[in-house]
Amino acid sequence: MKYLDEYRNEAVAQKLVKEICRILTKPWVLMEVCGGQTHTIVKYGLDHLLPSKIELVHGPGCPVCVTSLEMIDKAHAIASRSDVIFCSFGDMLRVPGSTADLLILKSRGADIRIVYSPIDCLKIARANPDKKVVFFAIGFETTAPANAMSVWQARRQGINNFSILVSHVLVPPAMASILQSPLNRVQGFLGPGHVCTVMGYHEYEPITARYHVPIVITGFEPIDLLEGVLLTVRQLEAGQARVENQYGRVVNRNGNKVAQDLINQVFEVCDRKWRGVGSIPKSGYKLRYEFRDHDAERLFDIREIDTQESPLCISGLVLKGVKKPHDCPAFGKECTPLHPLGATMVSAEGACAAYHAYGRHLQFEKKSDQNQPLEEMSP
Amino acid sequence: MSSNKRVVAELDAQSLGLGVLDGCCPIPISEHKEIVLAHGSGGKLSQQLIQTMVLPQFQNELLEPLHDGAIFSLNGTKLAFSTDSFVVNPIFFPGGDIGELAINGTVNDLAMCGARPLYLSAAFILEEGFAMADFWRVIQSMQRAAKTAGVSLVTGDTKVVDRGKGDKIFINTSGVGLIDAEVSIYPGRAQIGDKIIVSGLIAAHGIAIMSVREGLEFESEIASDTAPLNGLVAAILSVSKDIHVLRDPTRGGITSTLAEIAEKAKVGIHLDEASIPISEPVKGACEILGLDPLYVANEGKLLAFVQPDQAQAVLAAMRDHPLGREAAMIGEVVAGHPGYIMMKTRIGGVRVVDMLSGEQLPRIC
Repeated sequence: MKYLDEYRNEAVAQKLVKEICRILTKPWVLMEVCGGQTHTIVKYGLDHLLPSKIELVHGPGCPVCVTSLEMIDKAHAIASRSDVIFCSFGDMLRVPGSTADLLILKSRGADIRIVYSPIDCLKIARANPDKKVVFFAIGFETTAPANAMSVWQARRQGINNFSILVSHVLVPPAMASILQSPLNRVQGFLGPGHVCTVMGYHEYEPITARYHVPIVITGFEPIDLLEGVLLTVRQLEAGQARVENQYGRVVNRNGNKVAQDLINQVFEVCDRKWRGVGSIPKSGYKLRYEFRDHDAERLFDIREIDTQESPLCISGLVLKGVKKPHDCPAFGKECTPLHPLGATMVSAEGACAAYHAYGRHLQFEKKSDQNQPLEEMSP
Repeated sequence: MSSNKRVVAELDAQSLGLGVLDGCCPIPISEHKEIVLAHGSGGKLSQQLIQTMVLPQFQNELLEPLHDGAIFSLNGTKLAFSTDSFVVNPIFFPGGDIGELAINGTVNDLAMCGARPLYLSAAFILEEGFAMADFWRVIQSMQRAAKTAGVSLVTGDTKVVDRGKGDKIFINTSGVGLIDAEVSIYPGRAQIGDKIIVSGLIAAHGIAIMSVREGLEFESEIASDTAPLNGLVAAILSVSKDIHVLRDPTRGGITSTLAEIAEKAKVGIHLDEASIPISEPVKGACEILGLDPLYVANEGKLLAFVQPDQAQAVLAAMRDHPLGREAAMIGEVVAGHPGYIMMKTRIGGVRVVDMLSGEQLPRIC
């Protein structure tokens, strides 16, 4: 398939790996920011193709994972109401709150629907005038334009029974927070390709300057990621630290102005709590006052719910790139995709879930020898 | 608890007739208080439900292999017996409908035992208000499918439930078939060295259903692959009677089926991603929907485990059959990593391919 097959080509992959090996003189720790990138790395076994001197740690870019437990409990409280049709992206459905997940609430009779776009909710709202239709608006800058468009359209079309529960997060403050941490190990970033499609990459220039780290805006196919690694390593080996764009077929410096204008009309920046990480100043969006009639948090009187995470879970350290999923003693044991204990296991895009889905709870050799024995990994 | 208190507790329970002393069993699944959709997805939760709640209660040697059907002998004749229920939304979809699925599903379960399907039963649960014209369409489609597969529908049942207590129509079919004496096909027979052949392009059925359900329109319509596989199985058996395993990878897709076989036969499976046949439209739809085609349902495909020296002949025979034109060798059974599937990825990496944990859900970005 065009635009896919050429980015999943074994010969090109080998050429890139060879070039990385050729220029590499010392070990480097790189972080891929996005959950989608983590997914590709583990799905295609890219980390096993790369030389061992390159360590890939996995970033906080899984929006489902970092949505705070308090917000998920709020969503569950709203979704459980008999006068509500609750709409969500699919991978949010399995994320456990304090007592249940949306799939369980659905099995108990709640009207919960998977949508591919928040705009679909407007159709549902029009068809169900006696119900309140609520969309769980999560995500990074990538999903912000569509989510903003849904309330913008709802206001324009006078659809009054539609609201969104906003838990938007922003990438640059999270990256800065990782770099400020005394535990930080990250020396270079594979930047968020689709976030930059919307926002452009100029937002990352101050970060490279201030913390002296290279940031290579990178795509999501295996060849994109290998090329991203090559460009980052090339900068590190040369002592450089600038923003570079590997994902040129989609991303430019200034991004999509129309989308940005829409975001700014509907949302304003606010402090946001990240699951597993904690509160990061100015790291989220909330609805502007003008759109308060479509703000589910205002419309539904939900008391603050006090929540507690599992003491076993180290997802905060995984999200910051300090630890790997298999460093956690609960990984693949107490904590599995069926019984997730924390942020990075709850969504398919979380680092722990990706490791688990692709068998990393079972140890196997780095070589691609099919006959290597698999043994249970000891904690 | 002190011993005194325990006696009191037991006496209380006894007087209340709770049967503590009789060994009243707790429910084997404690994590879920109610059935969730993923219990029916063919992945880990389905497996857990069957293996902890059902199997221990009915243990017997015919049930134990967990094959698509039970295989047994009566008066020296080897028979296969299988049952399957069909619930699908929408009931009419590109390439087929629930009636055709219901016939082909049980025909295929029997064929996967190496049997020649003969007789089928059909039981309908109909919802009050279900359009007569739609029921007629389903029945006609079942009639055509039975004729195509060469089976007779010989017994049946009909029940109607209140409006809202069902979803238009649910169908159960059961069937019996005859197995040749030399044929012995079951999941536990997968042997090291066996070549694994898939009979054609994967994942069409699941994507066809999903595209209608979600109202997605693609440039070219993706049709379900529903088809009776008994003809293809006959073609395979005409080349080699010594086929080790046949399975039709329905819900959960080819990986869930292969993972089950690996576990059952305690062997490792090695797959080569690049050799797994998949059509361009299905591949594109999977990319858009964020689904992995390896986990998407098929309704007219089979996986065959064949001795290496017979693999080429079987592959050729499959390709000569209309339902096997795109058949391909996708992997083999290996000694390492028993119980698990390893796959060489398209770009040369290696990873474990695991059974699905819950339902496959579309990803956010």
